[in-house]
Amino acid sequence: MKVEILLFGRLTELLGQSHLQLEDMADTDAVTERLLDQYPALQHISYEIAVNQEVIHGNKPLTDGMTVALMPPFSGG
Amino acid sequence: MEIKGKARYERQIILKNFGLAGQQKLFAAKVLVIGAGGLGCPILQYLAAAGVGTLGIVDNDVVELSNLHRQILYSVADIGRLKADCAAEKLSLFNPDIQVISYPLELSNQNAALILSKFDLVIDGSDNFPTRYMVNDACALLNLPLVYGALSESEGQVAIFNVSDASGRKVNYRDIFPNPPQPGEVLNCSEAGVLGVLPGIIGTMQASEAIKLISGTGEPLINQMLIYNINNNQTYKINLTAANQEQNNAPADLDAFLRMDYSWFCGIRTGAPEIQEVSPGEFREIMFDDEFELIDVRELAELPAASFEHVRVPLSEIRKKIPAIAKDKIVLFCHSGVRSVIAGELLQEAYPDKEFYSLKGGILRLN
Repeated sequence: MKVEILLFGRLTELLGQSHLQLEDMADTDAVTERLLDQYPALQHISYEIAVNQEVIHGNKPLTDGMTVALMPPFSGG
Repeated sequence: MEIKGKARYERQIILKNFGLAGQQKLFAAKVLVIGAGGLGCPILQYLAAAGVGTLGIVDNDVVELSNLHRQILYSVADIGRLKADCAAEKLSLFNPDIQVISYPLELSNQNAALILSKFDLVIDGSDNFPTRYMVNDACALLNLPLVYGALSESEGQVAIFNVSDASGRKVNYRDIFPNPPQPGEVLNCSEAGVLGVLPGIIGTMQASEAIKLISGTGEPLINQMLIYNINNNQTYKINLTAANQEQNNAPADLDAFLRMDYSWFCGIRTGAPEIQEVSPGEFREIMFDDEFELIDVRELAELPAASFEHVRVPLSEIRKKIPAIAKDKIVLFCHSGVRSVIAGELLQEAYPDKEFYSLKGGILRLN
């Protein structure tokens, strides 16, 4: 199961890319765990998740081809 | 209600879907803008131009030279003046037919309900999380539409909260971001930098959403959040749904709202352990004192580089692992003096016998 990950804000900078693909992702918790494993710096940045352009509340199952957006909060004005 | 100075708005009145009815709604509207900075300036300028009948401005800051690259309502002669008063004066000259009310004060949960309830739409152009959460909660409790906008270095977010869609659903900021980030984790414009046009673009989008919402035209971003990237011009729209009450941490009623401490909620601790601050003058003397170790806690690529002897240990690294420190007296510094205090608190806890200081105002104030 392959999903597309979109990164926003400082996440782009931290991971050095604006999107990536991950294989074998059953749900959004698996995505955050895998990313944390690969990029330990993520431990110190909070973000919320949207799946297929809809914000989620809690863990969400994923199917092939879904898009997972990771959005940090912004404060600037 | 008769529209004063109607001829001024001819170009939008002749718009098929807007018309005289749309203009009348704008003239009858009372809009409060929180913050008269990077976002607030374009919001205010375009709403005054469009003929919003009553505009309120909340800001307790003064104009600084480093504001002018993006806050183009102000000029060099305004440096040192209160932004709210200065903006109100300029907007009244620009459009004498509208009423502009200045609130040169710090918005708090104690005065927010009183001020906000005088208006029928609120626009958030603030620059910090405590204010954003407070304005969101007040609007949710008072059932006031809120046009939200916020920036990072090269991206902006825009959304409309507390407005029901066709199916009666409405959302607010906490349905996306229920938990505030830790202080220092998200950099604001004065720390991370921003191209002056980005708040111009995002602020103008907020003004546009407000005009559509008030006039009942177009498709405003109700229950949606738009993310815009200035580098590649990409936009991404996200549909928003409500979280349940336990998930979103919001105060349940106005009494609970009044008891909130928004700084505390956003992780800002004013209690012990206190880190003593040193002034730029004191710092210049300490710079050459071998007893002191100077540590830059900014992230590695941040500018301007310090021209004196120092070590770099980014706050993000300190959060992961407390570093070894050779000397017993340490002065920490960052861009504006916020993150160095946080780093100092973390290090002081780990090394209770060492003395930690923070450069007040950061490296910005050194030159």
